[in-house]
Amino acid sequence: MSKGRVWKYGDDVNTDVIYAGKYTYQQLEPAEMAKKSLEDLDPSFAAAVKPGDVIVAGKNFGCGSSREQAAACLRYAGVQAVVAKSFSRIYFRNAINLGLAVLQALDAPDALRSGDEIEIDFEGGRILSAGREFKFPPLPESVLDIVRAGGLLEWTKKKLARP
Amino acid sequence: MGLTFSEKILARKAGRPVRAGDVITASPDFYLSHDNSSAIIGEFKKLGLAKVKAPEKIVIILDHIVPAADEKYAQNHKTIREFVWAQSIPNFFDIQHGVCHQVLSESGFALPGRLIMGSDSHTTTYGAYGVFAAGIGRTEMASIWATDEIWLRVPETLRIEFAGDFPHGVFAKDAILKIIGDQGADRANYEAVEFAGPAAASFSLASRMVLANMAAEMGAKNGYFEPDELTLAWARKHGRGDFEPVRSDPDAAYEAVLQYDLSVLEPQIACPHTVDNVKPVREVAGKPFHQALLGTCTNGRFEDLEVAARILRGRSVHPHIRLLVLPASRAVYLEAMKAGLLETLSEAGGVILNPGCGPCLGAHEGLLAPGEVVVGTSNRNFKGRMGGRGSEIYLASPATVAASALEGKIADPRKYL
Repeated sequence: MSKGRVWKYGDDVNTDVIYAGKYTYQQLEPAEMAKKSLEDLDPSFAAAVKPGDVIVAGKNFGCGSSREQAAACLRYAGVQAVVAKSFSRIYFRNAINLGLAVLQALDAPDALRSGDEIEIDFEGGRILSAGREFKFPPLPESVLDIVRAGGLLEWTKKKLARP
Repeated sequence: MGLTFSEKILARKAGRPVRAGDVITASPDFYLSHDNSSAIIGEFKKLGLAKVKAPEKIVIILDHIVPAADEKYAQNHKTIREFVWAQSIPNFFDIQHGVCHQVLSESGFALPGRLIMGSDSHTTTYGAYGVFAAGIGRTEMASIWATDEIWLRVPETLRIEFAGDFPHGVFAKDAILKIIGDQGADRANYEAVEFAGPAAASFSLASRMVLANMAAEMGAKNGYFEPDELTLAWARKHGRGDFEPVRSDPDAAYEAVLQYDLSVLEPQIACPHTVDNVKPVREVAGKPFHQALLGTCTNGRFEDLEVAARILRGRSVHPHIRLLVLPASRAVYLEAMKAGLLETLSEAGGVILNPGCGPCLGAHEGLLAPGEVVVGTSNRNFKGRMGGRGSEIYLASPATVAASALEGKIADPRKYL
């Protein structure tokens, strides 16, 4: 179980507002990237986010660019998971590859509010908040393999080491 | 039950029959990256390998911030060039070539039946040539460089059938904006989109690229036109290597089939700040703006410059408007120059930029000041994408952009054509 606070946003949160295009090719360090998180969506976020916090959003989170810093910056900011009704395809892959938990839960986003305290039971597929419980489906086995390895690079290293 | 094009291409790559929902491991025919290659190189080095697995499959095209806007970008390019030389990567296109999707296509890599992965979300563009082409991230590309393999989930397919002819002054961009506006920015999430129907064959290859490019804005994994005589004739003439076209079976299992009658379309515009916030141009006509952008991987081809030049010939861009013209590639630039289109656009007051991506992603050349408004032919209008806070992006066809630049306000192009 892992506790955190909710930062709640709407539908179609795109990669430009998560990590602006003007920073994409600047090769920033992780701490600097964390400070750019959600700059054009919620300027208060980067300064106030705490390790373990959770982003909760509507449908199509991460739509737009393939820039994977949009997943990395949130992980560097300490976000433990993004809970959304659905994720854009490339964002979903990038997040998995970089070790940012992306949880698809249909009912939690409407019920949760900014500032809510929540706990996530990753193994059991449960989100708990103020006595309420929301389910999320476990990731597909082939994808879980990458997560278990600690991200795609580690997974690839293991694959290359196999005879 | 028959098979979709995705099922056929991925079955060939997997070496076994597959259906939508299956997860396969595949070796792509080619894999594209651009200025982000420097970041990919960084990830690749973490794997501790001396050499990439298949250098002949790597295509690197520098386009995002070209020529380098500052020392950092110059270092990125330098890192990439040195890697290309050290790894003997034969398919390297330096800053003079143009936007990656245009250059890869016109250089004959995108051929029917192929599988191409690219570390750019608009990699879907090659579906115009009958390719299964999908975007991925940088870390994933580093893994492909190392292994020549990627895992892919076989997508379900959304089929969009076109009938009728475009009315005067209405174009491919209007069609895809209308579809995205009707269907929503996540309608095709994780899915393949197949553009088909009796009118699909009437689209030029350049117009097919507009639709396949913007399939990404519906969340699609790929966008696709069935290869026809036009595609095959082009591929035989310009293609690099063998190819084997695939076509979806008539009884293929589609997730849904949508019908669009082109003959009832009118010019469309995507309003800030989402690509699916689409209205007929007449509803926002008269809105003042500051900058017009003609070009990008969506609409920077000869036919796009030609229609804009037709509208602006002998006229001048409104004095309050800056018009940026960004041909999609050097080949387009040369063709447009020889045909006098660049001369016409320059005489009208347009600023002709080198082929590249710069302003579209807010990285280089022609960024917006806070609060400014751009009307452009690119594919995304997310908040802040092209510059300062509070700036706004409208997306439309090259004709609408040219007519708007002329009037200094968003304008319906039909009266000029």
